[in-house]
Amino acid sequence: MTRDEIIKQVNGVLAEEFEVEENTLSPEANVKETLSLDSLSLVDLVAIIQQTYKIKIPVTDLRSIQTFNDLYNYIESHLAQ
Amino acid sequence: MERKVVITGMGIWSCLGKTLEEVRDSLYTGKSGIIFSQERKDAGFRSALCTNVERPDLKPFLARNLRQFLPEEAQYAYIATRDALENAGLDQDYLNTHEVGILYGNDSTAESTMHALDKFREFKDTAACGSGAIFQSMNSTITMNLACLFKLRGINLTASGACASSSHAIGLAYLLIRDGLQDCIICGGAQEANMYSVASFDGLQAFSVRENEPEKASRPFDRDRDGLIPGGGGATVILESYESAVKRGAPILGEVVSWGFSGNGDHISTPNVAGPARSLELCLKNGGIDIRQIGYINAHATSTRAGDGREAQAIAQIFGDYKVPVTSTKSQTGHEMWMAGASELIYSMLMMKNNFIAGNLNFENPDDETACINIVPETREAHFDMFLSNSFGFGGTNSTLIVKNIASK
Repeated sequence: MTRDEIIKQVNGVLAEEFEVEENTLSPEANVKETLSLDSLSLVDLVAIIQQTYKIKIPVTDLRSIQTFNDLYNYIESHLAQ
Repeated sequence: MERKVVITGMGIWSCLGKTLEEVRDSLYTGKSGIIFSQERKDAGFRSALCTNVERPDLKPFLARNLRQFLPEEAQYAYIATRDALENAGLDQDYLNTHEVGILYGNDSTAESTMHALDKFREFKDTAACGSGAIFQSMNSTITMNLACLFKLRGINLTASGACASSSHAIGLAYLLIRDGLQDCIICGGAQEANMYSVASFDGLQAFSVRENEPEKASRPFDRDRDGLIPGGGGATVILESYESAVKRGAPILGEVVSWGFSGNGDHISTPNVAGPARSLELCLKNGGIDIRQIGYINAHATSTRAGDGREAQAIAQIFGDYKVPVTSTKSQTGHEMWMAGASELIYSMLMMKNNFIAGNLNFENPDDETACINIVPETREAHFDMFLSNSFGFGGTNSTLIVKNIASK
């Protein structure tokens, strides 16, 4: 999967799940703020990435994911493994 | 001093309609909400009969992170409660500044529990269940959600009493208000209508198999009844002290005048006559009601052979020579189970306020057990000022409510 394909798919899945406009998901935007995630709905982000890519994001790694770029990078690097 | 407890609002989402007006018209015209479901047949159901209940779209009212906590039954409860509050003239400002409680009947969260655990087993990770799973899969899901959504600060409790759940909820709320412990309580019941919630029930061979004639399948008290049809939806009634209702100029629709209850102390699924009879007797006695004051009985009768017969015997035992008109609205709605106590109170209220008795669909011939009571087969104009509503459930739990008319201003 290319990075562009990952970005396209991640944005599509997250926009649908969290009911936001896809064009608000810019690479530098903050994930939590853009998706209005609180401590509970953060679990849904972990669940949807796991269901889509079979990648489990541990809590320690989650803290380091601030922007959508961080998220794309995380998925890209773990898909490559 | 005991206080008068009145009904100031009603809201419903059922197979007979999504507003009080739609439901009133469906009751009057004898509409059946029962359908054949190919999905259930393909899935392996013995009986693929169910009711046609639309899922409400809550997007206009609730953000995604709040909807995430609501399983199907809580969605029905939410929409019915919104309507009931509006009907009662209760806005969010009032709820924010007064102690209003919630006491709702619910006795399953099967589909949401199943989905969450399916995800857990598939991914071998508890986080895969998602954030809403725990709140969706607890039996108190409706009261916990609605209390937060409407910012309620009074009693917050779910009543689980099988198919008498919401009747018990209303009865308990009546007591709390009567005795001065609460001024206003949102009461009701909701029932998930998905097939997973009743798959094991279908396995007991308790459902009608008259699949070629869905609208003829639910036939309470009829000689040829062969089982119930599972239904669902949500129904909410607002109970309030008379003083509170008058103080805020609320519409007063009726008065809950008594509650009676009993346990059979017998078989888990086979009903008897003595238990229901004691529930009826206690309800009449508690309210100091003479049987001839009751103008209509909304029976529990679900269209099962044993249940309908025993209930008819119990009614006949208590009412004797007085042939009070009896119908079961389950002939139209199927068995709304946890919701039934509340929905049937609303159905009866709509009849009382609009001067008719909705006919008991498909009652063509009585049998030896059901011939002893006066079943109304077709809708007729009728004025009555007091009705009695029965709800009975597995484990031999029985609940009876009596409601009196209060003329609209």
